[in-house]
Amino acid sequence: MDAFIFDHVRTPRARGKADGSLHEVTSVWLASRPLAALADRSCLDTSAVEEVVMGCVNPVGEQGGNIARMAVLAADWDQAVPGISVDRACGSGLEAVAIAAGKVMSGQADLAVGAGIESMSRVPMGSSGGAWAQDPTMSAKTHFVMQGISADLLASLHGQTRRDLDAYAAESHRRAARAWSEGRFARSVVPVKDFIGLTLIERDETVRPETTVESLSALKPAFTEMGRKYGYDSVALQRYPQLQRIEHVHHAGNSSGIVDGAGAVLLGSAAAAGKHGLKPRARIRSFAAIGSEPTLMLDGPAAAARRALERAGMQPPDIDLWELNEAFSTVVLTFMSVVGVPHERINVNGGAIAMGHPLGASGPMILGTVLDELERTGKGTALVSLCVAAGMGTAMVIERV
Amino acid sequence: MNTGTTVVRCEVDADGIALLTIDYPGKTMNVIDQAFMDSLQHCIDRVRDDASIKGAIVTSGKEAFVAGADLLAMEQNLDNTATDPLPVLFEKYGSLSRLFRNLETCGKPFVAAINGTAMGGGFELALACHHRVLADSPAAVVGLPEVQLGLLPGAGGTQRLPRLIGIQAAMPCLLEGKHVAPSQALQAGLVHELAPPAEVIARAKRWLLDSPRAVQPWDEKGFRIPGGNALDPRVAPAFVVGNTMLQANTYQNLPAPQAIQSCLYEGSLLPIDKALRVETKYLMTVARGPVSRGMVRTLFVNKTRAEKGLHRPAGFPPFTSHKLGMIGAGMMGGGIALVAARRGIEVVLIDRDQAAAERGKAYAEKALRKQVERGRMTADNRDAILARILPTTDYALLRDADMVVEAVFEDRAVKAEVTRRLDAVLPADCVLASNTSALPITLLAQASARQERFIGLHFFSPADKMPLVEVIRGKATNDATLACALDFVGQLKKTPIVVNDARGFFTSRFIGAFVDDAIGMVAEGINPALIENCARQAGMPVGPLAITDELSIDLSVHAGEAQAREYPDDYRPGRSVPVLRKLFDLGRLGRKAGKGFYDYDASGKMLWPGLAKLYPPKPVQPDPRDLRQRILYVQAVEAARAMEEGVLLSPADGDVGSILGVGYPAYTGGPFCFIDGVGAAAFVAEADRLADLFGEQLRPPQLLRDMASRGQTFYGATAVAVRQGGPA
Repeated sequence: MDAFIFDHVRTPRARGKADGSLHEVTSVWLASRPLAALADRSCLDTSAVEEVVMGCVNPVGEQGGNIARMAVLAADWDQAVPGISVDRACGSGLEAVAIAAGKVMSGQADLAVGAGIESMSRVPMGSSGGAWAQDPTMSAKTHFVMQGISADLLASLHGQTRRDLDAYAAESHRRAARAWSEGRFARSVVPVKDFIGLTLIERDETVRPETTVESLSALKPAFTEMGRKYGYDSVALQRYPQLQRIEHVHHAGNSSGIVDGAGAVLLGSAAAAGKHGLKPRARIRSFAAIGSEPTLMLDGPAAAARRALERAGMQPPDIDLWELNEAFSTVVLTFMSVVGVPHERINVNGGAIAMGHPLGASGPMILGTVLDELERTGKGTALVSLCVAAGMGTAMVIERV
Repeated sequence: MNTGTTVVRCEVDADGIALLTIDYPGKTMNVIDQAFMDSLQHCIDRVRDDASIKGAIVTSGKEAFVAGADLLAMEQNLDNTATDPLPVLFEKYGSLSRLFRNLETCGKPFVAAINGTAMGGGFELALACHHRVLADSPAAVVGLPEVQLGLLPGAGGTQRLPRLIGIQAAMPCLLEGKHVAPSQALQAGLVHELAPPAEVIARAKRWLLDSPRAVQPWDEKGFRIPGGNALDPRVAPAFVVGNTMLQANTYQNLPAPQAIQSCLYEGSLLPIDKALRVETKYLMTVARGPVSRGMVRTLFVNKTRAEKGLHRPAGFPPFTSHKLGMIGAGMMGGGIALVAARRGIEVVLIDRDQAAAERGKAYAEKALRKQVERGRMTADNRDAILARILPTTDYALLRDADMVVEAVFEDRAVKAEVTRRLDAVLPADCVLASNTSALPITLLAQASARQERFIGLHFFSPADKMPLVEVIRGKATNDATLACALDFVGQLKKTPIVVNDARGFFTSRFIGAFVDDAIGMVAEGINPALIENCARQAGMPVGPLAITDELSIDLSVHAGEAQAREYPDDYRPGRSVPVLRKLFDLGRLGRKAGKGFYDYDASGKMLWPGLAKLYPPKPVQPDPRDLRQRILYVQAVEAARAMEEGVLLSPADGDVGSILGVGYPAYTGGPFCFIDGVGAAAFVAEADRLADLFGEQLRPPQLLRDMASRGQTFYGATAVAVRQGGPA
């Protein structure tokens, strides 16, 4: 059975700090806004939705205790709608869509939502702890390093220079600014209002159109001290002894931004489309997740993409547009060179370096972005992918109908 | 009813206070073994059951409190327990921990009256007591040094210490295993009070009479670890960073600190009884692994044996040097002079001209200045030491010397000249030792009229810091000379190994096998960064290319030429020779020239990119695991050859010498412990595999093949007989 995408929305992304526009609303409120918008836009009888799967990377504190169910209730959806939170680190949101799609494809749900939320300003990165870094056994077993070290390691292995990475980052800002100015996100970005109805945010807050390679070149590498002083470089080289040293080339300007945001995708079967008057916009062709070497961590998308393509019976040239989460410049540069994707066909409207990466919410957001772009340009197929902490990758292939 | 040895005496006084005195019969130090445990349990039972006893004081009848576990017995016991089923092993490894737990939960208050040094299990016993009084004496240090021998404090040490002083304070204590002096121990909260040595027991008694408490803080309801448990936000970063620093420093070669870290992490999340079970599991794991066994054998058992005269011929009276002639006042001569002067020996420091001799003394002055600046030595003490060093050019001052060491330029003619001059002035029975890393002692001795009093003493640089002396017996060296030389080494408080006179002796040949093979890798087209990283990750202190640059390329080239000259029959040019020659011809002479294998500048060093042009990288590089194996194996195979050829007198010499002298990784326990740990058969198979991959330098000698087929080892009950009597 096919799973179709009927609609998708996302919030604008706000600086994930105390001065960010979304800091003053609760995580649950933020998570509920895309759900409310979906129901509103499609005049949806929410009681027909059989599952809300929600990605969230730090499901603790106010994001804990199954935020999906709280979001359903906060959105005033019918109490009959169940919710489930999922955590596959940065792949959580896309995984939520995949699980929702899987329920539809297996005939176990007619209408489902795949969503994502991260209020990074309120529940900071790392809040959920975990054994990976803290448990001495697991830290040793996995050669744990901080993600920024992995990014610098990946760039070092591929010989990418600081200039290469900065050039990619500047282009992300340029593309995001152009997309906003041409209204390319207009169909899917819904402003967030608070509970008194005040509009808090209408546009992504972190895009800087004036960014250039030169302006970025002034920034200090972010992970040098961590790498050299706290042993992370040594641990990385224990896995990759062919390198003389790790070149520290990433910084705040060529890494994804810390932001607050939420997004949701409405999916369902052909029968549900007819029954509820919903128009299928795209079909889920395939999805896949893979595990990769945890220290390098960030090179999973290529393998995930290959597996998803294979499952769909497709080859890279069959994909019109690629959307790969811009966790770090190196992730995209490496993917482009390994899979053979030209820059003109990937992240054509910018990405997380410009607009931010609200961890659990990024999957639905970039999936929606690329679907809108397929429609805008009259193209057919897209592959969406994210690199995932501890060495994983996740990917999904969609096709317009 | 206790029928065994009474290790702990129990006397009850009129106030109802039991004095438990640990006084192991027939031993100078109290150690923890089964007899100790049975005896202590018996005492605990009595204190618990006798209603007239109010509490107990635990003290020692020896100068020290308790030195720790009986490591010798423990090491030997490993083979006896090898086939025990898991539950039995768990029971055995947890027995001391349970004993201490019985003590602290028996319902009566216990005080440790720590009258002297309490290390390892001894300090763990004190930690299990409800109160600790430590003698305020420099001799009474406490600590948990298990990690230094690849072990962990497995009788509650990893659990009680963090519960007492917090995880973050406990972490360095347990991971470094340092001794702690009384005042620091009090400050850190390791003990409750200090007392003058004579009053320790009285103070302990006063606590029992005035304010006894029979419940440990961690057995109180609502107990929290000071500073929080491992998941506490104040503590969690210490694990995140600590775990990484540990790996960065140990390359995951040392299981013990890793296990200690896990004990702290997992244990802090558990109540004490469950936490002690977890600690026992980690103790079992590290104690039964090859790393702790090798470290205990080499760094404790065999090092001690070597220092106590393993190879000293019997029947010669102890020799004490009073006046040392030190010929050659370079860095080596200056260092040896300093060590000797510190041990109270008068030193005549001779060089070709007065200025050179003075420079040798200046080396000692500089080293001592640092000590004084750091408050580790008084100015008076420094002046007294320096006053013992007399720089001069006058050989006549050696007329009443009782020991001479020459450390002049490594050239046979130069050394022969010095020897002849010494012969002219030295008393007949004065030992003449040559410090050389490679020249044959038997040939050097031929310059002397008294070849039987000639011996090799190979010091390592810097001589005032490096603990090893390789003693080389020439063909003509007599037993009296060997005895004197070993006594002299002992007087310097250094560790001797004794070897026979063959090319490269043991240590130079052993490290040479590594450096030669590693430089050979460059010629094979193996990525130099990979070579350096794999060497460090295998546990070598410095990469082979970096160390060659430090020593200088010309020195290596000249040493090779000297070897060819001195040993025309058995010299085979190493695989490194063409590579070194090439760098030499290019003027890349090493660090001192600012260029060698590396390019050097103010910001540090980077491997010279030109190497890749000279030796194009192989398209498929070897697996790093294979390279790390190659680095460890090429040396172990060479050590086995040295053993086969009779250069070594025992595996202990090879193991101690390799670690203390030339930086073979301590976690291996040395090449022979390493081979035993792998098992001869598995070692031979792996060496053959590596030889097929990388070359014949890795092919195991017949000795190992024979051992493999006979199921023999270098140590223990199945040990192979070692050939004595020197090389053919």
